[in-house]
Amino acid sequence: MSILLILIPISVLIAAFFVACFILSSKNGQFEDLETPAFRMLSDGDKEKNQRSNK
Amino acid sequence: MSENINQPQLETFSYDDKTVKMFSIATLVWGAVAMLVGVTAAFELASWRVNLGLEWITFGRLRPLHTNAAIFAFAGNAIFAGTYYSLQRLCKARLYSKTLSYIHFWGWQAIIVSAAVTLLSGFTTGKEYAELEWPIDIAITLIWVAFAVNFFGTLFNRREKHIYVAIWFYIATIVTVALLHIVNSLAFPVSLMKSYSIYAGAQDALIQWWYGHNAVAFFLTTPFLGLMYYFIPKAINRPIYSYRLSIVHFWSLVFIYIWAGPHHLLYTALPEWLQTLGMVFSISLWAPSWGGMINGLLTLRGAWDRVRREPVLKFLATAVTFYGMSTFEGPLLSIKSVNQLAHYTDWIVGHVHSGTIGWNYFLTAGMLFYMVPKLWNTKLYSVALGNLQFWTGTVGLLLYIISMWVAGVTQGSMWQAIDPHTGVLVYPDFVETVVRIVPMYWVRAFGGTLVLLSFLIMIYNLWQTIRNSPKEQPEQKFQALALKARDQKAHSDQGHRRLEGLPAFFTVLTVLAVVVGTAIEIIPSFMAKQFVVKNDDVKPYTPLELAGRDIYIREGCYNCHSQMIRPLVAERLRYGAPSQAAESIYDHPFQWGSRRIGPDLARVGGKYPNMWHYRHMLNPRAVTSGSIMPSYQWLFQNKSQLDILPKKLNVMKALGVPYSDEEIENAVTLAKEQAELITETLAESGVPPEMKDKQIIPLIAYLQRLGTDLGPTLLQEEEEAARK
Repeated sequence: MSILLILIPISVLIAAFFVACFILSSKNGQFEDLETPAFRMLSDGDKEKNQRSNK
Repeated sequence: MSENINQPQLETFSYDDKTVKMFSIATLVWGAVAMLVGVTAAFELASWRVNLGLEWITFGRLRPLHTNAAIFAFAGNAIFAGTYYSLQRLCKARLYSKTLSYIHFWGWQAIIVSAAVTLLSGFTTGKEYAELEWPIDIAITLIWVAFAVNFFGTLFNRREKHIYVAIWFYIATIVTVALLHIVNSLAFPVSLMKSYSIYAGAQDALIQWWYGHNAVAFFLTTPFLGLMYYFIPKAINRPIYSYRLSIVHFWSLVFIYIWAGPHHLLYTALPEWLQTLGMVFSISLWAPSWGGMINGLLTLRGAWDRVRREPVLKFLATAVTFYGMSTFEGPLLSIKSVNQLAHYTDWIVGHVHSGTIGWNYFLTAGMLFYMVPKLWNTKLYSVALGNLQFWTGTVGLLLYIISMWVAGVTQGSMWQAIDPHTGVLVYPDFVETVVRIVPMYWVRAFGGTLVLLSFLIMIYNLWQTIRNSPKEQPEQKFQALALKARDQKAHSDQGHRRLEGLPAFFTVLTVLAVVVGTAIEIIPSFMAKQFVVKNDDVKPYTPLELAGRDIYIREGCYNCHSQMIRPLVAERLRYGAPSQAAESIYDHPFQWGSRRIGPDLARVGGKYPNMWHYRHMLNPRAVTSGSIMPSYQWLFQNKSQLDILPKKLNVMKALGVPYSDEEIENAVTLAKEQAELITETLAESGVPPEMKDKQIIPLIAYLQRLGTDLGPTLLQEEEEAARK
């Protein structure tokens, strides 16, 4: 089972990579605006113009 | 940044709804076909006579057609319809290419038709949900690429900077399915419609179930989650309960799903640590899955009265509920001690259908009820019919699931029942455990019929909706700012928002997550030496046995018979020594199976005389009263094709099976000699000598070989160990 010697470090590296991704994106404000996209998808294309002008 | 900052350009565009319409209609057509085939297969298990003695529609050939049709034809077309509809609207852009849409649609339909024809004719690779032979596999890859280019082209042309959560799920689907399909389908062709998997035995099993599980994950789950995140908010006109949760849902699901495949191989000859890995990740899946379910259901909070009134929401809400149920059941079934009881039984079949019917069909129904009236600029023909369909479908599905639970637990318990005083099996005859659950097969077939009926009601309802739509269907025009004009704002977008603004980068990340999970599980399987204890006693099949094996694969025997004895006391008593990975190192493809509608065959070799098999294949009830296996008369009429054997052996040799040049050269003669020998033993019971050319002979040769290489040695070893 010497294969584990390769597998475990890879797994740990990958896990670390994703944790790093998560921390970095959090710090960069990933969760700052998680409201508008959910609302924006509700508006159909024809109302686009009005929406824009509100901003 | 840009010089035109103060002159935003307003662009006018329209959506390509014709493509969406075509895929919607194809969804209805193929859904009915898939369910009709499924119901037929269900009745064939309830009564063996239902196949009418026709080889093309025996259960072994019909079941692959049912699964392929349900997954790739029905769910596939539904995914394409819903994806193309929502993608255009979320991107505020028309589909990238009319030509690609056309190729995608007709290419996919042609693949489905060729799949139906070839599977019924017995052309199969023998790998579940990946049965299609290599030319069709190549066609699938090409059409999938057309889909991908069309999809990403639209995405790049978008007029909306932010990529909504649904689109991420689509991206994960496109990328992963391509990868899964290519890796699992790698095969060495023998002829136009015959190939051998490049993997063998335990490696093939691992790759197959990595694929099989992820076909469920990335074909039946992620795209439909994307559709859920689009159609539920749209249908109820409220934002998703938590956008933040949807992001967590996506990333955790993509990262965890790809590792869970080995839960299909618990207690098999796969290395133990891989089984445990698969189990742990399967249980972890429970959290993101339920996060997604809760997110979908809570979106409907405070609007449950509308769920009661509107078919769209009724179907969507029920679909999400079934998603929650089957993603609870899945992790439960991958706990080893539960799996011990449930594996190879109908419990799994029930589980799968609560997903495909409860989640995929119902979500598709909700989606079509939302989309079709909008696409054809009209109103739904009948809400009452929608309700009738809902209740017919739900009652049918519940009958299906409950009967399969009962059948699964009953049969699983009977298999394992050991008399505590004498230490022998309480039900030594396998057929006893089959006869006991046949009533449940009738209930299931009835439940399945109701589901089919509900689908036909939907077809009628939507057909009337389309028929009553206005003749004039002007293409609606929309306006939006070009994305470039808005780039001025780009620098203020941060974090995940910035990530979403870069589709290419995002795709790379998704691929990375998927590839890493894949690499860790698959790379070791290529290192055969680390993985399988080679045993010199295991020899390649003789040419005749190989020919018989191909008949075994052609007739889809693996749909009902496993070839993998688990290391459990009851299995040891019933079938003999547990299967070892070394025993199937020359099996291209592996035939471990996933369901025991009939008994395991891993050590059937030498268990019965040749004549028993001869009579059994001609009429199973002549030797096993109560058997539900169909008769295989055509094996006694059709001649076996031995001329192609040298070619087959050559391919096997190229794949690493140690055939000598002499063996390859004399393959036909060797096969004929062995056929003569078998026919001679049969002649003693009055079988005419001209039967030696018929297909039954190679099949008997193969069956008599199964498990004989190591079987006796393993038993000896066990006895010696016990004596010490």
